[in-house]
Amino acid sequence: MTRPDFVPPSDGRSADQSAETARVVMSSGDVSRALRRVAHEILERNKGSQDLVLLGIPTRGVSLARRLVAVMAEVEGQEVPCGALDITLHRDDLRRQPIRGVEHTTIPAPGIDDKTVVLVDDVLFSGRTVRAAMDALSELGRPQAVRLAVLVDRGHRDLPIRADYVGKNLPTSRSERVQVCVAAYDGLDEVRISGGER
Amino acid sequence: MNRHLLSMNDLDRQDILAILGTAESMHDVQRREVKKLPTLRGRTVVNMFFEDSTRTRSSFELAGKWLSADVINISGKGSSTSKGESLRDTVRTVAAMGVDGFVIRHSASGAVHQVSEWVDAVVINAGDGTHEHPTQALLDAYSMRQRLGDLEGRHVAIVGDLTHSRVLRSNLICLKTLGAHVTVVAPPTLMPGGIATWAKNEGFDTSYDFDAVLPTVDAVMMLRVQRERMSGGFFPTEREYTVGYGLTRERLRSLQKHTVILHPGPMNRGLEIATDAADAAQSLVLDQVSAGVAVRMSVLYHLLAGEGTVA
Repeated sequence: MTRPDFVPPSDGRSADQSAETARVVMSSGDVSRALRRVAHEILERNKGSQDLVLLGIPTRGVSLARRLVAVMAEVEGQEVPCGALDITLHRDDLRRQPIRGVEHTTIPAPGIDDKTVVLVDDVLFSGRTVRAAMDALSELGRPQAVRLAVLVDRGHRDLPIRADYVGKNLPTSRSERVQVCVAAYDGLDEVRISGGER
Repeated sequence: MNRHLLSMNDLDRQDILAILGTAESMHDVQRREVKKLPTLRGRTVVNMFFEDSTRTRSSFELAGKWLSADVINISGKGSSTSKGESLRDTVRTVAAMGVDGFVIRHSASGAVHQVSEWVDAVVINAGDGTHEHPTQALLDAYSMRQRLGDLEGRHVAIVGDLTHSRVLRSNLICLKTLGAHVTVVAPPTLMPGGIATWAKNEGFDTSYDFDAVLPTVDAVMMLRVQRERMSGGFFPTEREYTVGYGLTRERLRSLQKHTVILHPGPMNRGLEIATDAADAAQSLVLDQVSAGVAVRMSVLYHLLAGEGTVA
């Protein structure tokens, strides 16, 4: 696997599992098709691309958001504003972990006031990242609505949070690890699952 | 990263780049309408300044507040220190109240290091005597990188009152770690003792001739002539100092176009730096102040946010 060391594992857990125990649950084709569908769903529900802003949660969410925007541009012929929202400084577990680097937050020029903001992340698990993202958003402006799009929903929520757009629902046990690879960081699109008592 | 920030030697290259990287994100926060992050909520930081300061103290205070830490300020004047309490008793008393971080400035070199041995809290050096001022070096590096990009191979002149400067030592360590080449410039009377050995060991150059160095540098850092630490005899008159080592209007013209001007402040306008130079487009003086808050936010984050940062 070609993954730069500084990119944290996609589900926020340590990625020290050996490759042979990992099983591929979404291939590159599956990922592209899921992203395509999610992009269409967002446009359908929003009745077009007006007032949409996509914000990816670093690192892989940013790349997924860009991919969604590219599909939307194909469909609507219009570029949807796209940015990044780092949530490190809003995490509720900062004190339980070694210090993490802070990624850049970039808000596209029109801002987020009165827009429909779609947060994009790779894996939805405990929901704590999304909680932090909503806090971070409130400091940046007041969107008309906030939605959540994820590539994988693996269940096991700690908070009352639900995704509006899901690439794939993936039933897992808590002890398993879900790893999302995206082409921009990992050289290929793939979702793998590993570990757990099987 | 070490638990405390007492000296630039506590940080390796990776630590410095991590702090400067986080500072960029903090800088964005500083420009926002809502300047508040919940990151250090519940943490308490005490600024203890036993020496006068405007920018360092207020920027540490803002940095702490913008990260939601509770910040209190204690100054030497008006505290029990003036009743004769020892530094050890003062800091241990405050520490006993349940403080997570100390930001300390003291006129005695090494005092901050001593405090770190007396308390369990995280200790940050905000300037100790003529020893070090690490957050100043970090914000200088940050400001230079904003304009010049990577400092690897860049040439920086540090000019002026080297003997009394804590900014000098911290900057020499920081700039060396980041790969910049430094030439220090001062009249012989203001060169610290043993500078030749120091320069040889650390790989920087020394010069008495400001005009010879000036055209080759990418950044020129003017140090303040510290009248309060001078008991006379370092140079005949202020006018003579300015002629030899001030960044005058004439010298401003001999700088390369891209060369940036730094001054840690407070400036003695007309003495070490002319008003034209201080307010020139290539002057980073105000950028430094603005970077000061972002860099200090970053330092507080790295030292106080993570696990094991509270005893």
